[in-house]
Amino acid sequence: MLSIIFIIISAIFIPGVIAKIKSKIGGRRMPSVFQPLFDIIRLFKKGAIYSPTTSIIFKIAPIIYFSSVLMAAFFVPMAGQQGLLSFDVDFVFFAYLLALGKFMMIISAMDTGSGFEGMGANREALYSMLVEPAFFVLVGTLALFTQNSSFQDLYVNLHTSTQLSIIIGIAALYVITYISMVENSRMPIDDPKTHLELTMVHEVMILDNSGFDLAIIHIASWLKFAIYGTIISNFVVQSSWPIYIQIVSYLLIQMGYASTIGILESFSARNKMGKNPQWIIMLSAIAVVTFLTTLIITQKIILN
Amino acid sequence: MEIIIFKLAIILSILIFLISRLYQIYWVYLVQIIIIAVSSLWAIQCLFISDSSFEIPLMTFMGSPLLIVIDKLSAFFILVINFTMMTGSIYAKGYLKPYLENKSKLEMAFHLFNLLWLHISMLFVVMFRDALSFLIIWEIMSLSSFFLVIFENDKKETIKIGIKYLIQMHIGVVFILLAFIIAAVQSGSEFSFDGLSVYFASHNPFFIFLLFFMGFGIKAGFIPLHSWLPHAHPAAPSHVSGIMSGVMIKLGIYGILRVLTYIHHDLFYIGLFILVISLISGLIGVSMAIVQHDVKKLLAYHSIENIGIIGIGIGLGVIGIAVKIPILAVLGFAGGILHILNHSLFKSLLFFTAGSVYKQTHTRNIEDLGGLIKKMPKTAIFFLLGALAISGLPPFNGFISEFLIYSGMFKSLQVGDLFTDIVLLFSFTGLAIIGGLAVFCFTKVFSIIFLGNPRTEKVEHATEISSSMFIPYYMIGFMIIAIGLAPVIFIQPIGAIVNIFVGNTSAIEQVIPTLNNISISSAIFIVMIGILFFLRALQQKNQTIKQQATWGCAYKGANAGLHQYTATSYADNFGQLAKQLVNVKKDFKEFGKEEIFPEKREFETHSSDIFENNLITKPSDFVIKWFEKLAVFQTGKIQHYLLYSLVFLIVVFLLTFLNWI
Repeated sequence: MLSIIFIIISAIFIPGVIAKIKSKIGGRRMPSVFQPLFDIIRLFKKGAIYSPTTSIIFKIAPIIYFSSVLMAAFFVPMAGQQGLLSFDVDFVFFAYLLALGKFMMIISAMDTGSGFEGMGANREALYSMLVEPAFFVLVGTLALFTQNSSFQDLYVNLHTSTQLSIIIGIAALYVITYISMVENSRMPIDDPKTHLELTMVHEVMILDNSGFDLAIIHIASWLKFAIYGTIISNFVVQSSWPIYIQIVSYLLIQMGYASTIGILESFSARNKMGKNPQWIIMLSAIAVVTFLTTLIITQKIILN
Repeated sequence: MEIIIFKLAIILSILIFLISRLYQIYWVYLVQIIIIAVSSLWAIQCLFISDSSFEIPLMTFMGSPLLIVIDKLSAFFILVINFTMMTGSIYAKGYLKPYLENKSKLEMAFHLFNLLWLHISMLFVVMFRDALSFLIIWEIMSLSSFFLVIFENDKKETIKIGIKYLIQMHIGVVFILLAFIIAAVQSGSEFSFDGLSVYFASHNPFFIFLLFFMGFGIKAGFIPLHSWLPHAHPAAPSHVSGIMSGVMIKLGIYGILRVLTYIHHDLFYIGLFILVISLISGLIGVSMAIVQHDVKKLLAYHSIENIGIIGIGIGLGVIGIAVKIPILAVLGFAGGILHILNHSLFKSLLFFTAGSVYKQTHTRNIEDLGGLIKKMPKTAIFFLLGALAISGLPPFNGFISEFLIYSGMFKSLQVGDLFTDIVLLFSFTGLAIIGGLAVFCFTKVFSIIFLGNPRTEKVEHATEISSSMFIPYYMIGFMIIAIGLAPVIFIQPIGAIVNIFVGNTSAIEQVIPTLNNISISSAIFIVMIGILFFLRALQQKNQTIKQQATWGCAYKGANAGLHQYTATSYADNFGQLAKQLVNVKKDFKEFGKEEIFPEKREFETHSSDIFENNLITKPSDFVIKWFEKLAVFQTGKIQHYLLYSLVFLIVVFLLTFLNWI
């Protein structure tokens, strides 16, 4: 229960913190941390515009997308605290639920009949397909290392098993951080602040959404940030710590995660579009190396 | 008692030739109702009520009694066959209506007769254990499906494809026959499936298994034995493609499973072999599907992919038995077997909906379509349902079977040794990629056919199909959702089937709470969607909802149909990544330097199947080329032919004279 509350709390802050960091570095005046929240509230007060080309798909997709992300958040544990829902091999359900949301958003973009949105939808489909194996190899590594197979148990046992968990932890942290960048359409895969439709990925897919639909799409992407931030924090925060230290360190990591994104986006340029697939496949390769390392640690590969 | 009714139904099937054209389909229904009722009764009795298999004497065949034997595996297949045949025949009524005008009474009767016999022969395939009668009925199944495929025999291409199909099926039969004969001769046992157990008890099973796998694999469509599949499915009428892809190719899997029940040792390499072939089939099947423009060819490649997923489950199950990890064995087999049922559901649904689109627009090329959801809303929604289910997304049935396989893999990582773990790594990575590619492919095909603006005028005149064709949609749709939301009901009988292969099926009991949790989560998910709909309706009640054209950078002169993303462009970035695999060729004329005012020109892309090219087309072209050269001897002059006989006689004389033969 605690985990979902904190995911929602951090979801509210993360976009504001990113914006604040970026404007600080860019030498601009900073908006309030709550500015994204105000924008959403404004959207909720507005009507909507639908293109006559669109069909029912365009209307149901944002709702299913939002529900899938919120539902996925239910599965994510926070340090020692169990997620709202938890069962064996729940990470498969988690991943496929997010895929369902993406499926709907992709077809909703195609529903507008716009060439731009088709392009974005197509890229999104390709990237999310390529990143899927990295996630599965990563959880496979954790399952192998911790001898467990649910989100909750993976983390609890990651810290209690051996000192060697640090090696796995660091590699996993690297992979999951970049998976989160792909999943959230941030640098270096996608630049959310680009102005040209032709070079957008995620932003172009939601060009025609407005009002309520746009608001929940935005909230869903915040939630996604918070979900991945939570997954990342779990590699550090240990369930043996006292609860208040867990919460403080959790919040610190979430803010650190948001700041990292802000700093990254201020200083780095994004990949060439054609290089993106290679870059994403690299994540899977690192995950596989982690898996093999785990085989050595668990003494299934015997070196001498 | 039942057996007499069953035989009566078989005899009744012949009378279809006497019925007038309009009522033939009702005769099919009559016969099918009897067959389905009787065989399902047997199957349900075997699967749910009694604990053992039972035998019923059918007739005397070549001096010995011919038994039909039903165990839990047969019973499962009987139910799958019956369900898909039932939906297929209901769909056929509407689909065949336009053909009533230009097909004669005899042609229609022959088509429906074959439909009935495909049903009957498929049922017998899973019920016969005697090798000879099995092979005969297997042959009847191939023949009847061949006649079904060449229904549109006025097209030359269709006949060619049909013959190709028939030849490949016969090559398959040769392998199966050979396997039976070798097993029977080497072990001196009877010529039947049960005789195999004697052979396998004393010999290394791999070689005979390989022969069976080749034979049954051609039917199932494992890569590289698949090359008939992407041609036969588009050529066949849609109800036939649905049935063939839904159940007939699964009988190849049945054959493999049946042979596996007799093998109890040296299973590791057999499992590994199945797994590797299946991973290849899954990955290449779905990659090839992405670059297709013909919707039925695309679905045919997806059948190969799904046969791959079924094979991954079975392969992991066999490995699980070999390395003694019961959870992998049980969940692998359970996932594979459940996926047989699942695939028969969503694939027939997809073929039926695609067939409806073809019926209303007369094109299978998805590049000509677009915006059909406005003309055919129900068909579109059911296609979407099938697409979501085949992509393995929750809360539909495809997810459940893939989840079982995943869970078997992740749970056995901890107990496996090094080699098993590496195998598992490849398997779940492969399955994840297959899942991702399926999403990629079905977002493409659904969007291009049903969403956006119409691309040609073929779409303009399309209307929703007649209401009788919706009945199968609803039946299959109900099953897809039922398995997705309440998998626990279905997992118990599946567990009983898995018991044939794995002695200890306690893992099924372990997975039940997880499946219950999935049901609960899916229910919460659906409620959440409902609440959001309500909230949006509430929010939009007092707001102005406007209609305005899609954003196009404020440029309004665009041609709404043409200035859209096409299937080719959607597939292009994947095609670039998997260049070697999908083999896409672009045909176009380059601009010349002096060409100031370019002429109208064309651009075409094709993809060709590398396996078909290298294994079938190239060798057969080579053989034909050399055979053509041999034609120089065929001069047409009698003197030359007399000379040939003289030369022959001299050669024979010399050979005997010199004692060489």
